[in-house]
Amino acid sequence: MVSQKENKTSSVQQLIANSRNQKTKKIVEKAMPTLLFSAAIISILTTFGIVFTLIFETFEFFKRVSITDFLFGTKWLPFSGNEPLFGILPLIAGTLKVTLIAVVVAVPFGIASAIYLSEYASEKTRRIVKPILEVLAGVPTIVYGFFALTFVTPLLQEIVPGLKLFNALSPGIVVGIMILPMITSLSEDAMSSVPNSMREGALALGATKFEVAIKVVLPAALSGIVASVVLAISRAIGETMIVSLAGGSTPKFDLNVTDSIQTMTAYIVQVSTGDAGYGTTIYYSIYSVGFTLFIFTLLMNLLAHYISKRFREVY
Amino acid sequence: MRYMDDTVVMKRMSKRITFNKVWKALFFLATTFALVTLAILLYRIVTQGIDYLNIDFLTNFASRFADKAGIKAALIGSLWLMAVVAPVSIILGVGTAIYLEEYAKKNRINDFIRMNISNLAGVPSIVFGLLGLTIFVRMMGLGKSILAAGLTMSLLILPVIIVAAQEAIRAVPNEQREASYGMGATKWQTILRVVLPAAIPGILTGSILAMSRAIGETAPLVVIGIPVILQFLPNGLLSQFTALPMQIYDWAKRPQEAFQYVAAAGILVLMTVLLLMNSIAIFIRNKFQKRY
Repeated sequence: MVSQKENKTSSVQQLIANSRNQKTKKIVEKAMPTLLFSAAIISILTTFGIVFTLIFETFEFFKRVSITDFLFGTKWLPFSGNEPLFGILPLIAGTLKVTLIAVVVAVPFGIASAIYLSEYASEKTRRIVKPILEVLAGVPTIVYGFFALTFVTPLLQEIVPGLKLFNALSPGIVVGIMILPMITSLSEDAMSSVPNSMREGALALGATKFEVAIKVVLPAALSGIVASVVLAISRAIGETMIVSLAGGSTPKFDLNVTDSIQTMTAYIVQVSTGDAGYGTTIYYSIYSVGFTLFIFTLLMNLLAHYISKRFREVY
Repeated sequence: MRYMDDTVVMKRMSKRITFNKVWKALFFLATTFALVTLAILLYRIVTQGIDYLNIDFLTNFASRFADKAGIKAALIGSLWLMAVVAPVSIILGVGTAIYLEEYAKKNRINDFIRMNISNLAGVPSIVFGLLGLTIFVRMMGLGKSILAAGLTMSLLILPVIIVAAQEAIRAVPNEQREASYGMGATKWQTILRVVLPAAIPGILTGSILAMSRAIGETAPLVVIGIPVILQFLPNGLLSQFTALPMQIYDWAKRPQEAFQYVAAAGILVLMTVLLLMNSIAIFIRNKFQKRY
């Protein structure tokens, strides 16, 4: 009798406990998606934060400096006392000089090593080389900047006469080395995804490996390769520490690469390390420059996205 | 009917074969270019920095004199920074990844989130610095603190962690989820007890790699205005601090030649930290990653 009673109560307690459990279970089941969604929203808030910050502070800047002067001015002299000039073209020129040199270095080397790794190299070589390229991609840019300043520049000064301590050439080459692994690895992915039947078809017709690589694989993987180059260009435009260590701080609107230059990113660093008081025109100018930089890289990223989507070959 | 002229064919063929050989050599040389550069870079930094790298260097504070300069404040500061970045970025990143992989239906909002994450990955780090300066340092009034810098860095590496976690979660086969549902488990129970444990090696590997990027990142710290010469250690999340890459940047741009060697020694410390983290990531990947 007694034991039966005990049994009954315990089972009732269990039932109550169970239903309570069920309730918390239900709450957790309902709450988790919302909670996780709010984590996902953070990334959207970040983008809004970036865009609104840039637009808001740039708007403040354009209350003081005319937009036409900013967009078409060929002199960037923010620190010249009572008559500062804010024409962004010299900063854009500096950025494009570095980017162009980087592309000239990185594209041929990057695509050539991608061809080697995907078409010629043995599985073993690939297994060794790819992680090393990952190391190269993981080296902090500050280390590359130091390398440019203390090794590449002195080396180039031996070869190029009249090369200044700060110039566009040395950081350009080093930025090229920095974006090289990105081009190699993305292009290699694109080439490896070209199906073997296409290679075999060409080989069966008597083509050499070189002809297969250039006339079959390269055209088939072209969209992926172009997209990787565009992404790398975007990375080069936004690169900061290499150019601010080795590029100098003299914004000039010309084509000279042996002279000191200044890029958009390097200008932001220069102002940030100096003492531009909050609310001064110079303080707001870093946002206008940052906004210009953001637009440039955004366009490049969208272009890369579009190319890889639009021209993707489906096998 | 004329037969093919063997000599002409042979001539053209040998020309094409040589062509192939020459280009193969060129492609190989291009590949070695990157490897040689890496070797030179490491060799230079080791030979320049090794003499300065000793216990004093690790235990001294920054100094105006090259031979007394040390990296203590920066090393400890970087560790503090990671103490903020790791939990914030991993919780947000993995949460987002779980949402996108397990819950998100195909609709406009979720497509927008996905597109947004891939775009965010392409935003230059210096722009994140501007965001941090405005939102965290000024608007929230956190100052140039560990918290402000840590939150900025977390947002910067968030896309990397999300993508890595997404891949790890996607790699868990559906049969495992179905088996769990079949046993009567709810969706969240399935995620927590089946999907996440299986995906953790991949998530950890990606997170550590993202973290090592955050340790080396300089530009956002510069823009936020992190000071360099500090004679004290941080004592809380709102404390001022300096970090390894900031310290190296400051040494590298000093005109005195002696500071070049100090900078190289600092780089050695930074690279050692990165190497350690990378080996942990590789270890986890090799040891725990299963293939289904």
